[in-house]
Amino acid sequence: MAGWIFVLSLVAAIVAVYRPFGDYMYRVVTGTRHNAVERTVYKAVGVDPQAGQTWGVYARSVLAFSAVSLLFLYLFLRVQDKLWLSLGLPAVTDHIAWNTAVSFVTNTNWQAYSGESTMGHFVQMAGLTVQNFVSASVGIAVAVALMRGFAAKKKTLLGNFWVDLTRITLRILLPICVLATLIFMVAGVVQNLSGGTDVTTLTGAAQHVTGGPVASQEAIKELGTNGGGFYNANSAHPFENPTTWTNWLQIFLILLIPFSLPRVFGRMVGQNRQGYAIAAVMAILAIGSIALTVAFENHGGGTVPQAVGSAMEGKETRYGVTGSAVFAAATTLTSTGAVNSFHDSYTALGGMMPMVNMMLGEVAPGGTGSGLYGMLILAVITVFVAGLMVGRTPEYLGKKIGAREMKLASLYFLVTPILVLAGTAVAFATGNNTTALNLGPHGLSEVLYAFTSAANNNGSAFAGITVNTGWWDTALGLAMLLGRFLPLILVLALAGSLAKQQPVPESEGTLPTHQPLFVGMVAGVTVVLVALTFLPALALGPLAEGLS
Amino acid sequence: MRIPSWLAQHVAALRALLVFTVLLGIAYPLVFVGVAKIPGISDQSGDLTLIGQSFTDADGNPVTKYFQSRPSAGGYDPTATGASNLGPESVVDTLSDDPEEASQSLLTQVCARSLAIGKLEGVDGSRPFCTADGVGAVLAVFHRDGFTGPITRVVAVNQTDVPFVTTYQGVTVEPATNGEDYQALGGVITPIRGDAPADPVVPADAVTASGSGLDPQISPAYAELQAPRIARERGISLDRVHELIEQNTDGRALGFMGEPAVNVLKLNLALDGS
Repeated sequence: MAGWIFVLSLVAAIVAVYRPFGDYMYRVVTGTRHNAVERTVYKAVGVDPQAGQTWGVYARSVLAFSAVSLLFLYLFLRVQDKLWLSLGLPAVTDHIAWNTAVSFVTNTNWQAYSGESTMGHFVQMAGLTVQNFVSASVGIAVAVALMRGFAAKKKTLLGNFWVDLTRITLRILLPICVLATLIFMVAGVVQNLSGGTDVTTLTGAAQHVTGGPVASQEAIKELGTNGGGFYNANSAHPFENPTTWTNWLQIFLILLIPFSLPRVFGRMVGQNRQGYAIAAVMAILAIGSIALTVAFENHGGGTVPQAVGSAMEGKETRYGVTGSAVFAAATTLTSTGAVNSFHDSYTALGGMMPMVNMMLGEVAPGGTGSGLYGMLILAVITVFVAGLMVGRTPEYLGKKIGAREMKLASLYFLVTPILVLAGTAVAFATGNNTTALNLGPHGLSEVLYAFTSAANNNGSAFAGITVNTGWWDTALGLAMLLGRFLPLILVLALAGSLAKQQPVPESEGTLPTHQPLFVGMVAGVTVVLVALTFLPALALGPLAEGLS
Repeated sequence: MRIPSWLAQHVAALRALLVFTVLLGIAYPLVFVGVAKIPGISDQSGDLTLIGQSFTDADGNPVTKYFQSRPSAGGYDPTATGASNLGPESVVDTLSDDPEEASQSLLTQVCARSLAIGKLEGVDGSRPFCTADGVGAVLAVFHRDGFTGPITRVVAVNQTDVPFVTTYQGVTVEPATNGEDYQALGGVITPIRGDAPADPVVPADAVTASGSGLDPQISPAYAELQAPRIARERGISLDRVHELIEQNTDGRALGFMGEPAVNVLKLNLALDGS
């Protein structure tokens, strides 16, 4: 009972902030007045805030920024032993540095390393935390560019990436993080530069309690749907997530931006009901998934959970089964990948749900920005499917969905399944699946989960698998890179193509895209597409394990 | 000379990254490191009672005058946090003469812990799918035609001496041999439920490792189970022990968040102090 109130209270909180916070974000991304700090940033970057960019220039700016970030972070990790606050830790090895740099630049935060034994405080702060912020901003910026594409009338310019990046970071992410950091610190999350404290336990053993600037990283880790833990144990660690209410707050922060972006979309296209429709699709899929995850975990199927009497392996006492399952669902419905419990030890079907959530394309509500643009692609596909049924030219918000738009949307949809399924197949073909800890179907689940998580830029794991080998670091690094930037380029191309169009007036044949019928259709199309793509793979892994 | 636009873009990118690194990577965290020093905001080296400990002696045996924590995959070492990551069907042990090669399945770990805690607390430590000697009750069942046909051979995969059942569907159960992989030989892995109660006396959190490996808390049920031993070992009344458990229990925040839990370190400190 308390568990369901926990879920309902989160729903109520998200509903309460949808309008005010969405409206605030709308003003941030459409505002033309820049404050002194922003003008200083523009000057330092050397950019004219008034200058608009075509989709091509916008895309090249995103790519340039990401490429420079990747290289910078890689070098940073490679020389960390020579830097301040390295805590005596050695330089990060080449393949782990590559994997980690890609991981944080792509908003994935897949961690092939253990935080407390690999990363010094300075790299955590000035390397990883920075990418937590800007990779989240990049996602939101691209989503905003797509919204501008829908809203534009015969235009070629989609806004300015550098302005979007700056304003989103400084006006949306930073202020909330400042508040959240303070709250976390009061709750017990550590924030120091200490190399740790040597403690003698009550029975006389030695224990080295770690320190670090954790609270400041924790805030953006959740808000930016990044998910990379300061420590290996991530949000299960008492210094990252000390209480039952910080657990609630972390889930809320994870869902806050992705669920409020449809409001920005509605405002941008001048019809709030279009935003409600998209938010409704997200909510239906999310609530369904959370309910299933909680139900499967509490049912406790499988030999070990039945022997135990509850699926408590890998879970903390304070969150219990429900508080863990809700977090697991939220972290994979978005592109977060933070964990407060270890999914590998979940029941077979309970552990399948995080995978399914990611396979949905992380659209319900998805990552910061990436969730909304993923969902809008699905809406475009739905409009097209509906158009085929009634034999009319499909249009969405007055924009014709022609051959070019459909090609871009279809390519977008195909990228991650190809990466996931081909990656899993190659891992098995090359024998690299043998680093999985568990045997049988669960071993396949570990490999499938790894590629699903990387290609969808999630970052959570069935963590039993050993992935700090050269092959795994390279392969998952490529999956993360392609899984982030190919869809992102396709989205910007679509935005450019939509912006050029003169909107056609609504006619009798226009499918209304704000009514329950359309909401149901988008949800249906999403589930059907994902089921068709991934059911065979799931049947070999979690379904085989859970139904045998 | 004008620099080409692709280069200009990368220069802008580098400048932007440097600006954000100073702002978000240095100023933002350091300001809060400073704020943390304001008295009352945050413990400087962290609240040490948030980090769990194991209350065992040098040989790993429970120190009986202390409440015991949950099992930990990392031995309560904050420099090696994490979980066991063993799955729900991890039921077959790797048996070997070489202790380096041998490893216990999650099921056997659960069974062994339950048995040991049962002994320590003087209660029934039995669980479903566990043998009386505290390993996973699991058979490899060989059929004539793979998955079908009459049963030809049955092996108790987690036991090398006396199997927990003598026969399975009329076929004599043999003990396992070290180093043999019966699943690879074609045996169908079959966990046997047994007749242990579905709701065992030893609580769930007592036999499972946490996700962090540092869980500072146990369930009120596990604290309750340990209370009589603590009262006996310390020569104090059971009521006094209950009182201290009560004082060190965190309820659900706002009445609905998470689960009630007892902080073991605080509780043991309180016992030492009283």
